[in-house]
Amino acid sequence: MELSSREYAVGAADDFMLQIGRVVNAGEVELAIFRTSDGAFYAVENHSPHPKGGPLAEGIVSGYYLYDPLHDWKIDLRTGEVQAPDRGQATVHPVTVDGGVVKVSLPEAVARL
Amino acid sequence: MTAEREKLVLIGNGMAGVGTIEQILKLGGAYDITVFGSEPHPNYNRIMLSYVLEGSKTIEDIILNDHQWYEDNHITLHTGTTVIRIDENNRQVVTDTGLSVHYDKAIIATGSNSFILPVPGSTKEGVVGFRDIADCDAMLAAAKQYRTAAVIGGGLLGLEAAKGLVNLGMDVTVVHLLEDLMERQLDRTASSMLQAELARQGVKFAMGKQTAELTGEERVTGLRFSDGSELPAEFVVMAVGIKPNVQLAKDSGITVNRGIVVNDYLQTSMADVYSVGECTEHRGTCYGLVAPLFEQGMVLAKHLSGVPTPGYEGSVVATKLKISGVDVFSAGEFTETAEHTVISAKDEWKRTYKKILLKNNIIVGAVLFGDVTESASLQKLVKQATEMTDEIYGEVMGTGCCGGGGAKKGLSVEAMADEEIVCGCNGVTKKAIVDAVTENGFTTVDEIKACTGATRSCGGCKPVVEQILQFVLGDSFQQSAKQGICSCTPLSRDEIVAEITAKGLRTTKEVMHVLDWKQPEGCSKCRPAVNYYLGIIYPETHEDEKESRFVNERMSANIQKDGTYTVVPRMYGGVTTPEDLKRIADVSLKYDVKVVKVTGGQRLDLIGVKKEDVPKVWEELDMPSGYAYAKSLRTVKTCVGSQFCRFGTQDSMEMGAQLERKYERLDMPAKFKMAVNGCPRNCAESCTKDIGIVGNDGGWEVFIGGNGGIKPRIADAFCKVRTDEELVEVCSAVMQYYRETGNYLERTSEWVERMGLEHIQSVILGSDDNRKELAARIDFALAQVSDPWKKMLDDNSTRTALFEQTRV
Ligand SMILES: Cc1cc2nc3c(=O)[nH]c(=O)nc-3n(C[C@H](O)[C@H](O)[C@H](O)COP(=O)(O)OP(=O)(O)OC[C@H]3O[C@@H](n4cnc5c(N)ncnc54)[C@H](O)[C@@H]3O)c2cc1C
Ligand code: SF4
Ligand code: FES
Repeated sequence: MELSSREYAVGAADDFMLQIGRVVNAGEVELAIFRTSDGAFYAVENHSPHPKGGPLAEGIVSGYYLYDPLHDWKIDLRTGEVQAPDRGQATVHPVTVDGGVVKVSLPEAVARL
Repeated sequence: MTAEREKLVLIGNGMAGVGTIEQILKLGGAYDITVFGSEPHPNYNRIMLSYVLEGSKTIEDIILNDHQWYEDNHITLHTGTTVIRIDENNRQVVTDTGLSVHYDKAIIATGSNSFILPVPGSTKEGVVGFRDIADCDAMLAAAKQYRTAAVIGGGLLGLEAAKGLVNLGMDVTVVHLLEDLMERQLDRTASSMLQAELARQGVKFAMGKQTAELTGEERVTGLRFSDGSELPAEFVVMAVGIKPNVQLAKDSGITVNRGIVVNDYLQTSMADVYSVGECTEHRGTCYGLVAPLFEQGMVLAKHLSGVPTPGYEGSVVATKLKISGVDVFSAGEFTETAEHTVISAKDEWKRTYKKILLKNNIIVGAVLFGDVTESASLQKLVKQATEMTDEIYGEVMGTGCCGGGGAKKGLSVEAMADEEIVCGCNGVTKKAIVDAVTENGFTTVDEIKACTGATRSCGGCKPVVEQILQFVLGDSFQQSAKQGICSCTPLSRDEIVAEITAKGLRTTKEVMHVLDWKQPEGCSKCRPAVNYYLGIIYPETHEDEKESRFVNERMSANIQKDGTYTVVPRMYGGVTTPEDLKRIADVSLKYDVKVVKVTGGQRLDLIGVKKEDVPKVWEELDMPSGYAYAKSLRTVKTCVGSQFCRFGTQDSMEMGAQLERKYERLDMPAKFKMAVNGCPRNCAESCTKDIGIVGNDGGWEVFIGGNGGIKPRIADAFCKVRTDEELVEVCSAVMQYYRETGNYLERTSEWVERMGLEHIQSVILGSDDNRKELAARIDFALAQVSDPWKKMLDDNSTRTALFEQTRV
């Protein structure tokens, strides 16, 4: 199967506060976008990998890690991997910043779901 | 050049075999190791297949040792390879892929196979056992395609399979030959309670039914029982038992009974060939649970590593069912005979059951249902064949005093041998846990879990792990296990506060950088705490860090599990007006609030507001925030008081409202609640509040440190005052002293116990100057606060960043 991806401009870099997540709906996907203290951007699907789910955007950000606001799971923003002792995987998508515009690229299949 | 190492070959890449290898590596046994496994996967935790089925874990999650582990330890692994013979003369194992590998020592750990009933139709499509990843995959796939399933066998495995399939949306019937579920672990009473509970969770039962045939053409369509009745089923799981996998041993000429026969050092009848795990028969017993396998593996590992060890003497097995909401435990003997003395307690209302069996006054077995907190102690008592005494009776049957019980438990952990296995599932000894705690300064079960693996699987060992933790962290161990406010720092609250003041640190970032935090930006525990301490130290200048606030505080509303929010307007002293009620009703209707709820603190929760509507709801309510989310004053509960009540001697409503107005919005170490009563009848329940106030004829009486929450505590009488002014001054001083000395998240109930009531009394009541200074400091801090809702509405960019949801 051919997997193409599509880029979504989700806002100007300045719209994002450091270490405070923001929710953006791109196509059918709800994203939580984070800007870490070094200015880098990360996009995670706004759904906790915890069995009980819940949003991620409101978590506390520390370095490249996010603390799930409802369950306090520690999630690596770069890979989506849940840190020990918990296990799980959040879905992350690549982000680029282009002339002050933040862009997230989503696989077409996901974007069209 | 190093000397040639002996060649050790492990046949069977399962829990017992690899567990043994892990121990050998730890003990420094010098072998060249080769492992053969029939399954295509590296070593995984078979127990957790039940969780994979239930959906809370994935296959990835249950891998115990990945390919990298084998590489790192220089172990040659052949997956998907079955050993078919051990050639004793040439000292070689021979595989189905044509390999022959030399061994100096060999271990057979081939486990068991699912026992498939020898009835017509049992080989039809859609019939599986429950043993390995392939079975689990088959069940997950079936659940996507079919609706009805039958699980044959009402034992541990069958019930876990059934619950898993129910969770996957199937209509599941458990078929059991006997009238009692888990009859090998439970007595009739526990078993019928279990059945009732599972029935409530959606599992159906066909009890006392013997399966005679599986019907259908290619694929199964149902079961026919010996009484002629039938049950339709598009999918069938056989979980009637396991049989030791002894084919290889038999074919190689090794003595086999039901399992591969071994002595106390796990030696088989063939020289240099050992056997551990479910395929093994020791003193006439084959085990089907992991704890005994690890005990065997430990003995074998020592034996093979040249470490002296007593032989294996058999195990007492204990069982725990891994189904959420169903707590069952059994250990040792459970069916009573004339020889037994039985102690039992059944509580049909709480749905709990407890039974202890004695033989000549020795504790030989126990069954628990519904409440398994005593499982760890009972398992030990059975294991050590303890004699029943009044003390033990009091402790386990719950009639002794609670203080004594706690102390006793610590002692039993202390008496435990270092080498005793605490976590049977993962083969973790007491010593490994104690070491993990003392060397790494761990203070939580989760940290121990991440490091040692204990409690990672069935969770049955958690109570003992907790007890060991408590025991190790007790006074005598305090120095070696120095514990900071979280795992980011070894510094305590007091040390952090002292450093902040001494070095003039101003932001959490600075604090963490200068004080050498392990994680440079802290974690969800220390960031909010440090932000709070900075606010206390610099009330005027500290800029509150939104990014260090827990979501509720950042949004000034309570997040609910579905991601919507609860908005709570202030109602001073629990009093409102018809106009305000009308506004609340209008806004609730307009924004489609799901539920309007009166809280325990006498105000209204507007539950289920969408995130992007939260600012609009505030704006239109135009009422101050109730701080229902905050670590600050929540409510001042009041009674009717002298304004209307025929008993009232003081105006409690007025005083409650006054206090709430005065102290609202101020940050505290934890949430803070007050109550004011008009007379000693105490209708507003001040005994469970952080500060409780009771009016009397000559003034007020003040109580502090009450709590009605997780750890209930009745407030202590603090002092009596005559005038309203004195009352406010005492409240101010208590609150400010708590703000300045409390640990973040420490409620006053804990604070009072830690500081001591007399100490607090002497600080606040002993010196007028002290009290006035504390009161002045809180007034200063109060002058800095403002309503967050108003502030947020005036700050466009923050409001957008926090609440608005963009669509692209
Ligand atoms: C779903 C499920 C839930 C369970 N829950 C619990 C629980 O809660 N608590 C508990 O204590 N126990 C539980 N058990 C039992 C526990 O998993 C077993 O007791 C344990 O895994 C047995 O370990 P073992 O090494 O003897 O066998 P296994 O783990 O079965 O390992 C044997 C391995 O040997 C391989 N093998 C067999 N023959 C050959 C050969 N000739 N050549 C090469 N490889 C071969 C097999 O493929 C297998 O991988 C559960 C079991 C299942 C299936
Ligand atoms: S506490 Fe006393 S004054 Fe208040 S309502 Fe009860 S009886 Fe009346
Ligand atoms: S005994 Fe099962 S997880 Fe420890």
